Amino acid sequence: MSRSQLNRGNSARNPQGDDAGCNILHIDMDAFFALVEVRENPSLAGKQVIVGYDGNRGVVLSATYEARKLGVHSAMPMSRALRLAPNAIVVEPDHEKYSEVSENVMAIFESITPLVQPLSVDEAFLDISGAQKLMGTPSQIGEVIRARVSDEQGITCSVGVASTMFVAKLATNFAKPDGLHVVPADKVIEFLHPLPIGALWGVGEKTAEQLSRLGLVNVADIANTPVKTLTRVIGQAAAEHLYELSWGRDPRVVTPNQAEKSIGAERTFESDIDDPEEILAQILDLSNKVAKRLRAANYFSRTITIKVRFADFTSVTRSKSLPASTDLATDIYATAKSLFEAMHLQRARIRLVGVRATGLVPTSESSVQLEFSDRDSGWREAEEAIDQVSLKFGNSAVKPARLIKPES
Amino acid sequence: MKFQVDRDVMADAVLWASRTLPTKSTQPLLTGMHLVADESGLTLSGSDADVSARANLKADVIETGTVLIPGRLLADITRSLPSAVIDFSIEGNRAKISCGRSSFTIPTMPVAEYPPLPTMPGLSGTVTGTDFANAISQVAIAASRDETLPAFTGVKIDVEGAVITLAATDRYRLAVRELNWSPTSTSLSTHALVPAKFLSDSSKSLSHSDSISLAFATGNEGLIGIEGSGRQTTSRLLAADFPKYQTLLPTESTTVAQISTSALVESVKRVSLVLEREAPIRVHFANGEAVITGGGGSGELAEAKEFIECTLTGEELTIAFNHQFLLDGLSAIDSAIAVVSMTTAIRPAVISGATDFGAQPDDSFKYLLMPIRQQ
Repeated sequence: MSRSQLNRGNSARNPQGDDAGCNILHIDMDAFFALVEVRENPSLAGKQVIVGYDGNRGVVLSATYEARKLGVHSAMPMSRALRLAPNAIVVEPDHEKYSEVSENVMAIFESITPLVQPLSVDEAFLDISGAQKLMGTPSQIGEVIRARVSDEQGITCSVGVASTMFVAKLATNFAKPDGLHVVPADKVIEFLHPLPIGALWGVGEKTAEQLSRLGLVNVADIANTPVKTLTRVIGQAAAEHLYELSWGRDPRVVTPNQAEKSIGAERTFESDIDDPEEILAQILDLSNKVAKRLRAANYFSRTITIKVRFADFTSVTRSKSLPASTDLATDIYATAKSLFEAMHLQRARIRLVGVRATGLVPTSESSVQLEFSDRDSGWREAEEAIDQVSLKFGNSAVKPARLIKPES
Repeated sequence: MKFQVDRDVMADAVLWASRTLPTKSTQPLLTGMHLVADESGLTLSGSDADVSARANLKADVIETGTVLIPGRLLADITRSLPSAVIDFSIEGNRAKISCGRSSFTIPTMPVAEYPPLPTMPGLSGTVTGTDFANAISQVAIAASRDETLPAFTGVKIDVEGAVITLAATDRYRLAVRELNWSPTSTSLSTHALVPAKFLSDSSKSLSHSDSISLAFATGNEGLIGIEGSGRQTTSRLLAADFPKYQTLLPTESTTVAQISTSALVESVKRVSLVLEREAPIRVHFANGEAVITGGGGSGELAEAKEFIECTLTGEELTIAFNHQFLLDGLSAIDSAIAVVSMTTAIRPAVISGATDFGAQPDDSFKYLLMPIRQQ
């Protein structure tokens, strides 16, 4: 362990916090894409950097804290971000680089404990119950991880330490940026109750609004409301879930190496589209992408979901389970199309569409319910042949006829 | 308007007429039940855009009249009333229902604006209630519930003289039943695609009728009417094209297995306990015994295996099915012995029933089942 690591270990933001029994770490990279870019190009250090496409329709994927201070945050339209931070430097994302860094960071986590549950490229839960004998207290382990990520990968991260997963995740918000925050096991209620209800896992804008109509503002308000009353507003499942959380109870355990949960693709249009034919063509293209990725990853899917985001940024998703799982674009498109048509949109202006395959089963464990119309040689053979062609000649070598644009 | 009626008779008729009431409707009037009291008794009717139902019943009519009242509420009330005589009367714009010590007043709805029910098409022929209900239940099981593919939610009815052929499919299985009936004309030839749910519901409710009348009106506004025991119901026909299924029925087979239906059903139910989601059940057919297996595969999963007695003609074969589809077919044949005819593991199997081992299978009902192809 280097000197700098030891120093960091002492600089825990609340070293007085008693971390006994806090076996869960939540680790989140700080401004991940942006800080990777800064690492690659040190001249960007200390500047307002925004990662994202600078197009008409670009959104902010990540921004340095210098830019965040001006109000920039991820998922914000680029045009708006640049009004807030006109001097910011916009860098186009390099996802390959980010996944490489992400893999390295996850490898550091896995050297501490096998119980690592990645939530996304830049975020993971660790269960360190078994690591403490060898490596010290939870905060010490958290600081070791922070030091190693900083030394080995040149970026910073923040760590939340707590006895349950969702409290650890909340704690991280108090650690950011570049810090560590412990919520002692016997101080969970004190920590949770003053927080706004939006902090609870599962409370989105809608639920928060419904609850605020009841006069519920803080987590404490939920904790002191009978489940029956909550049920009337948000339904039984959500009510019981939130009530449990409000008392710091979270039954989840850190589950490593979860199998891929879904494979999806979505597209934001350069300008809003209202022509159903054009949208269906886009859905066809996305269905082909998803099917191709399913086959490449050796998965079959049971449920197809489509997402439509309108010009006013409201989104709807619709999903449907298939009678038999599939990895074929024809099936995915047929389902996605019926979902889209069932929305009965009257030329609504659409900004984004997405197609997602969930309920994945490994190909080796899946089987195909045959249909009467199946021919002995059909779509499967055709789509697998297209996969082969794409490998040699690229993704646009063969595509559905309606996706081929006339040569201008 | 004023009448007296037996509560049981009324509740039964209200139940029939309320089946077709929409739960939500863009036309609020359609949530109402229409009551007509005249010299012949009482007529109740309800309808939504696609289906209608009407019941005639005996009642002591003291004062004739017509009224429209909230249908669901009327059904809930009549169902809950004690077994006694119901007194029904209209006072102003409220209906009063008294029975024993209970009484209810319900606001009425504007009856003048209630749209007329579709008229029953002219009679096409008759069939006994049990025959019709059995036949419908055998085929309706193969229909799909997925409303996005309307053709597969229907039962195709083909009438050629004295024979009705019923068929339904969801693309994975096909059930076909031939049924004898008494048409008004032996040269009658008509074809209709009728929502399976409508047929199951109404044939079940009329299964006790000695004679059910069927009436078909084909053409632009296709309609089917079913009538029996003072009950009438109509449904719009589905406008979709039902697949031409005759070519799907295999003309020959290379493996024919005979097996006790109840033994196979019990076995499939037990083996299916270990099946994960859509995993298939596998059957190896051999002379002497069939082996039913499920699960296993990657080695981490539970497995089950059973042997049952089986007589085989032709080649041994291993074939995999969705267990629920198989169970549906086995229950639909309604016979002691299941006769399963197959060619290969990726071609449809045909299940029909026989009364005993070695007996001729009953060709009036066939259940075609597409297998599951394993990776």
